[in-house]
Amino acid sequence: MATFFGEVLSVYSRAVDEDEEELDENEEDEEIHRELEEKRQVHLQWSPEVSESLKSGNKMPCSDFILAVGHNAARFLSVYVLTSENWDAVGHASVWNERSRAGAGTSSEESACVFYRRKDDPSVVICQVTCYVAEDQLFQWTEKVFDCLEHRQLNVTVLSDCSVAEYKTADYLCSSSAPFLRSLHTAAFTAQPVCQSLEQPNIVTGLPAAVLNHCEVHRIATVVYQCYSDVTGPDSVSMETFKPALTKLGKSIQSDPSPSTDVLRKFVRSTNIQSNLYI
Amino acid sequence: MFISSQNSPPSFKDFTLVLPAVAVGNVGQLAVDLIVSTLNMTRVGYIHTDCLIPMTGNNPYSTRKEDTEELHTPAEVYTASELKMAVLQIRAPVIQSKSKKFRQLLVSWIKASGFSRTVVLSSSQAYQRDDQQMQGTPLRYLVTPSLLKVSADVLKELGWKEMEQVSAYPGLSDANAEPRLYVPGGGITKGLYTDSCAEDVPLAVLLLFCSEGDNIPDAFTLVNHLNDWLHLLDDPSQKPNKWKIPASWSLLFGSGIPPALF
Repeated sequence: MATFFGEVLSVYSRAVDEDEEELDENEEDEEIHRELEEKRQVHLQWSPEVSESLKSGNKMPCSDFILAVGHNAARFLSVYVLTSENWDAVGHASVWNERSRAGAGTSSEESACVFYRRKDDPSVVICQVTCYVAEDQLFQWTEKVFDCLEHRQLNVTVLSDCSVAEYKTADYLCSSSAPFLRSLHTAAFTAQPVCQSLEQPNIVTGLPAAVLNHCEVHRIATVVYQCYSDVTGPDSVSMETFKPALTKLGKSIQSDPSPSTDVLRKFVRSTNIQSNLYI
Repeated sequence: MFISSQNSPPSFKDFTLVLPAVAVGNVGQLAVDLIVSTLNMTRVGYIHTDCLIPMTGNNPYSTRKEDTEELHTPAEVYTASELKMAVLQIRAPVIQSKSKKFRQLLVSWIKASGFSRTVVLSSSQAYQRDDQQMQGTPLRYLVTPSLLKVSADVLKELGWKEMEQVSAYPGLSDANAEPRLYVPGGGITKGLYTDSCAEDVPLAVLLLFCSEGDNIPDAFTLVNHLNDWLHLLDDPSQKPNKWKIPASWSLLFGSGIPPALF
């Protein structure tokens, strides 16, 4: 399409990919696609003890599964919950996709999606996800993780970050209103969420959506708490908005109500991006 | 795969299925939204598949405060038993590498459920029409041989225009280049149609040429067109408009504007 000024713009469709015409693939293309598909598989690695019991057909006993998606949510758990020395790392998930950095090494990959289990009550499991899980990997990630957990008596809580720019409301949002929390839950979740429900026409996407879809279909009690924040990096104010969500889980995770500044600093400082505007 | 949301699996025997193709302007999806909200259809199950991008939200068709908090997924099946109608609403794009798998899943589900006929609501890029397609109505239809057998008379009576085959190389008169079916921007439309022809599924495609933008008028055009055939509502063209716009259509163009602007 050409504009008034003569430059040619590619026409973008929000619904479909333009090159939907299927070309006859040759063997080599198929081979490449197959290999790519294989490389994009989600892999779960468990500690020897867990993988042993999974192999013998016993799923991981789990009454509370707390999943934190995004930097604020993950750091919130790091600061308020995981500092209490009461947790064992029991496994991690690794995903490879277009945003995985080549040569970043496995250590960063392994720390991007870690599962923890409480020492004195192994039925409480926490997972922190800070890596990007691509659209075609979300469903698979969810299937694989929930396949390892015992479904009976399972309660799932998902904490997730989102930009306030994604939030639609008829009133203009003034800057003082963010960060705020909204909830979305499956039909099997009968408790009272700690905050307002997410209003239409707002939707949830990404890993929280994949987990909600899975749990709705399999009738697992699940609630997602989504924090809408106007700060791009992790910050302590946005992190604190998740606090009420934890009070509900009080007994099972014993959070630290007022973490020391040192702990907080450690988790917030690392993302202070050096601005190059005023060198 | 289809998963029932009720305790007993629903029966779709001899039902008419209407589903959208995720296509340019999302016209089919908007039209299906109008059908579900106007006929007050009941959700009976989900299509739970890795072929769609996960998304979720509260009840898009909520009318009262009590039914607002109800989780809805990317692909759901609704029915209106008294009309023998079922609708599959698809709310998320198909993952590109899995579109073939998704088509196969749909065709095998349609066959297994015993729908008497299936109607796909779709759209195609207006700017890619050829000369003959630019004349007259922007609405077109396609029908598989097995549906043509039973619906030929009705289609004749309606006087609809069939989707034209276009030449592969417009402007060139190459005797070897056979005209072909081409639905640019139509997502899985063409594949679903050809698969259904091959599998002997009674299926029709109703489509509209359009462009991206405010596609609400297009959705009304398409759903009224469908209504001429299926008679879901009596004379919807009468004022006031009888199609009910669902709550989820609000704020289609973003949030409110800052009052300080004025």
